[in-house]
Amino acid sequence: MYKILRKERLNDTVTLMEIHAPHVARKALPGQFIIFRIDENGERVPLTIADYNRETGGVTIIFQKVGASTRLLDTLEAGDSILDFAGPLGKPSETEGIRRAAVLGGGLGVAIAYPQAKALHQAGAKVDLFVGFRNKDLIILEDELKNACSELHIVTDDGSNGRKGFVTTALAEKLEAGEEYDAVIAIGPLPMMRAASELTRPYGIRTIVSMNSIMIDGTGMCGGCRLTVGGETKFACVDGPDFDGHLVDFDSAMKRGALYKAEEAEASKHVCRLTGEVH
Amino acid sequence: MANMQMQKTPMPEQKPEIRRHNFCEVAEGYTAEMAMNEAERCLNCKNMPCVAGCPVGVKIPTFIDWIKKGDFAEAYKVIRGTSSLPAICGRVCPQENQCEKNCVRGIKGEPVAIGRLERFVADEGMRNQVEVPAIEENGKKVAVIGSGPAGLSCAGALRQKGYAVDVFEALHTPGGVLVYGIPEFRLPKALVNKEIDTLRQMGVNIQVNRVVGRFATLDELLADYDAAFIGSGAGLPRFQNIPGENLGGVYSANEFLTRINLMKAYDFPNHMTPVRVGKRAAVIGGGNVAMDAARCALRMGAEEVTIVYRRGEAELPARAEEIHHAKEEGVQFRFLTNPTSIQGNETGYACSMTCVEMELGEPDASGRRRPVVKENSEFTMPVDTIIIAIGNSPNPLIPQTTPELKTQKWGGIVVEENTCKTSMDRVYAGGDAVTGAATVILAMGAGKQGAEEIHKLLSEA
Repeated sequence: MYKILRKERLNDTVTLMEIHAPHVARKALPGQFIIFRIDENGERVPLTIADYNRETGGVTIIFQKVGASTRLLDTLEAGDSILDFAGPLGKPSETEGIRRAAVLGGGLGVAIAYPQAKALHQAGAKVDLFVGFRNKDLIILEDELKNACSELHIVTDDGSNGRKGFVTTALAEKLEAGEEYDAVIAIGPLPMMRAASELTRPYGIRTIVSMNSIMIDGTGMCGGCRLTVGGETKFACVDGPDFDGHLVDFDSAMKRGALYKAEEAEASKHVCRLTGEVH
Repeated sequence: MANMQMQKTPMPEQKPEIRRHNFCEVAEGYTAEMAMNEAERCLNCKNMPCVAGCPVGVKIPTFIDWIKKGDFAEAYKVIRGTSSLPAICGRVCPQENQCEKNCVRGIKGEPVAIGRLERFVADEGMRNQVEVPAIEENGKKVAVIGSGPAGLSCAGALRQKGYAVDVFEALHTPGGVLVYGIPEFRLPKALVNKEIDTLRQMGVNIQVNRVVGRFATLDELLADYDAAFIGSGAGLPRFQNIPGENLGGVYSANEFLTRINLMKAYDFPNHMTPVRVGKRAAVIGGGNVAMDAARCALRMGAEEVTIVYRRGEAELPARAEEIHHAKEEGVQFRFLTNPTSIQGNETGYACSMTCVEMELGEPDASGRRRPVVKENSEFTMPVDTIIIAIGNSPNPLIPQTTPELKTQKWGGIVVEENTCKTSMDRVYAGGDAVTGAATVILAMGAGKQGAEEIHKLLSEA
């Protein structure tokens, strides 16, 4: 069993949890993920590692209540435990040699972009961080983000924080103004990562995206997370989750991402019946 | 005087029309009476050709002799003396290519039903509390990577010799292919768990959620252990690399079976992992895994399930019993057929599959006649679920994170013949991680051999 050390609601739908898992914390690196399972009947759910503490053995995950399992996880409190927690999985991000980076985070992707920005920033790189939310009430980790970069740009879809637009619009302005980057790291919903990759393509800037595919085991066994990268089939779990955004077939990835929508809705309803939550 | 009945004593089974709708075990096992009747067919040959055919050398005529005498407990002891998972082997071994192939009774008529007898004895034995042998600790520690048939058999054998054994399993449940791959109706999971519990009672320490190569590298483990055995299996599914393979409704057999067996998708949404099976399913491949996938698809509600295999019926690599059961349940077969592309609908799900017909040409490296494409034979079949069961490659995680560990071009770990010794000091390997996808019993044999070799190394030291 893996104990929940800390729980913090970042906004109405996004929750942070620190889980006691020393075997993961001792080796975790930015870009890697874990798989959790709440109980005997639970599904295996992959989540990118948001932070880790080698001394306390704590691993931080940040999740949005989108599916049945994340809804159920959100009902647990600090002191409760979950049954399974495997990791660190996937390859760590390859950020060596990056001196000037633009890191883009969209929505929940901000939680994953944060450790990337932090690691680069700590390694002495100049990091411009662009994060986007639907509105100002959904903004998360603002203080942490400020400390993880040289320049922070927060934009909202509705302009409620005073700066309307997408992260890609903000990055486009920078690029048009002549800013140069060794790499762009884009983490968020698939349409956002695609837009970022299309934006940087003409500039020839290396663009890294983090693919959050549907998967079961996370060790290369099921192939459910397969995607087409540069015409070849790759597994997000063992070949990724980071890939060259200019080579990823986003159309096919989006279709695969939506394969279990109907079942997810059904499972969510089932969880609502279990927890008494109104759906 | 032996029972000269020409045929094996039949084993009761669930009727095909009933069992194709449930996940309960197909074969129901012998009664004591049936077992004793079948045991009498054994001639107790002096040279024991059957034993030579068994990868772990079960003393077959001896245990059968105890059945004849009605002493099933003694029979169980004999089997357990050489095999650590008898109830499993009795169910999933390809006996027709092993012990039963060598049976003298098979020359005229059917061989003695050794597999069925092993199963009977094991089930009887397991009903009673298994006596855990007293273990004398020898103070040495071995790490076993993977808790499938190779790992478990290695762990059990080492523990018996007094080693402290830690088994590292990547998934949340131990058992490897026994729990994620082989379906409930062929190998009940309660039974696998019971065998694993016996190992735990012996003091084997199984740690789940531990992906070696990630949470710790092999080198790091070697700092803490006197030796290591790798039994990480053949977990990496192969695809055909044809257009449309990434559409919805197209699964690797691993994914399909894992969703159903390990994650219990047949009990969705109580168990929260879904699987989507349409009306018409096609399974590509002809091995045991293909048969398992086809029969699972039926049980998940597919109306029509077709096995598509590029060679002929005679070349099917699956066990005879699995093919027979699949046919009885209504699985259809399209031999000498190979898919070339999959077409999808507007929602991203597969809706049809284009295939070509094949004919058998000259024998290839494996000795089997090589299928070649028949000209102008292209046709399209309507299917909404496609399961690719054309084999698996060894899992690359450990070799990837352990550059000193030598592997074959196709990914198998290189070992010295008959010693399971890898290119690294104190590291042994066996099972599918070495051979590529093979059988449970061969993996168990390798695990046992690995244990012997590790013992040789560490007892000399």
